[in-house]
Amino acid sequence: MTANIIRLLGAYGLKFLGGLRVTLMLSALTIVASLPLGGLICMLRMSRLRAVRLLASSYIEVVRGLPLLLQLYCFVFLLPRALPLQLTRLQNVSLSLALFSAAYVAELFRSGIQAVDSGQMEAARSLGLSKAQAMMAVVLPQAVRNILPGLGNQFVIIIKDTSLASVFFVDDLMTVQKVLTGTLYTTMEPMIIAGVIYFALTFSLSKLVSLYEKRVSLA
Amino acid sequence: MIRTLGLTKRFGELTVLHGISEEIREGEVVSIIGPSGGGKSTFLRCLNLLERPTAGQVFFEGVDLTQKGVDLNRYRAKMGMVFQHFNVFPHLSVLENVTLAPTRLRKCDKAEAQRRARALLKRVGLLDKEQERPNRLSGGQKQRLAIVRALAMEPAVMLFDEPTSALDPEMVSEVLAVIRDLAKEGMATVLVTHEMGFAREISDRVLFMDAGVIVEQGPPGPFFDHPQQARTRAFLEKVLPL
Repeated sequence: MTANIIRLLGAYGLKFLGGLRVTLMLSALTIVASLPLGGLICMLRMSRLRAVRLLASSYIEVVRGLPLLLQLYCFVFLLPRALPLQLTRLQNVSLSLALFSAAYVAELFRSGIQAVDSGQMEAARSLGLSKAQAMMAVVLPQAVRNILPGLGNQFVIIIKDTSLASVFFVDDLMTVQKVLTGTLYTTMEPMIIAGVIYFALTFSLSKLVSLYEKRVSLA
Repeated sequence: MIRTLGLTKRFGELTVLHGISEEIREGEVVSIIGPSGGGKSTFLRCLNLLERPTAGQVFFEGVDLTQKGVDLNRYRAKMGMVFQHFNVFPHLSVLENVTLAPTRLRKCDKAEAQRRARALLKRVGLLDKEQERPNRLSGGQKQRLAIVRALAMEPAVMLFDEPTSALDPEMVSEVLAVIRDLAKEGMATVLVTHEMGFAREISDRVLFMDAGVIVEQGPPGPFFDHPQQARTRAFLEKVLPL
């Protein structure tokens, strides 16, 4: 088995590296896009206007209530028909992942903000700060501490979820595993290699986040 | 300076304030006492519109704050508020707690804000703590910091919402001393409190609130010695030492 893995790595190591590159790119894109998107949805979700709140919470409920795979199908097969401009398959997948993740990020932001004692907002407002100023200077810096652990968790989930995109053969890590399994008629070894790489990614990311958490809580 | 007209506040079915019309004059020290749930805190919180009245008006320096389009933030800065649970900013140092609002709102430069903050901190004995985080302070120190934070905006009136109720008994006097100093200097003050002795000592006028109305009011001497209303007498008998 070990010998097989080494032989496989020797022969197809570059394939795995290429897959890793796509997985990383997809994950990074999703993470980077879901932060501002999640922030925006969170703002809408906490809006003063009922209709806006309703819109945001409907979005969140729908996205959280449907399987990610189903959403990916929608974006890859239905969206191109609805949209005039042509996106590549990878772009469609990224968009779907980002919109999916944004719903969770929005809820993370909201719960982190609402966990800050309401007296903080009141004290800031009583000093004459506007709602936006109070949010930026007083509430958000405290909310970050509540949000960080969940956000790190969410990033780890994103990395793993990108593997679903392999259904459309976007050349990510999981696609490489699938292709090798199909062409070489070996299941174990490609799976082990892909698994080790995924775990190395997620484990180091969660360690990184907990390091950053410690720094923030000390500050 | 602050005048309310028919101030009414309802939370759903519950009416907490029944059309209160009252005035706080320049430099006046007014204490509000009464049983819990009687509307004292809600009344105070309506004065700077932290609580939006259901009906009625609040005038501050002649401006109706309940009107649409009034720049509330500007007027709130002139009404310093101190809360029962301090609500100091835990992510900022003691000094930054005090300079935050002046630097954000006045575009007053940082050095000037810090100089003035230090003068205020010195006054309440917190100067040696300026670099500490609030979580290193005692309850009494936190509340003194909260008072100084409000004073940094140079308010025309101070609103105290049970400032000593969350304090350990041995820390009450250090906070009351600061409030007493301010009152003596002529700072207009509205104080919601359960400290009867203190209310009697510093107030120009005492209001007794129960069930959303001001039942009785007057100068502290006559108010405490010869209360006119049965409800006031019943309350004072329960809270005053024999």
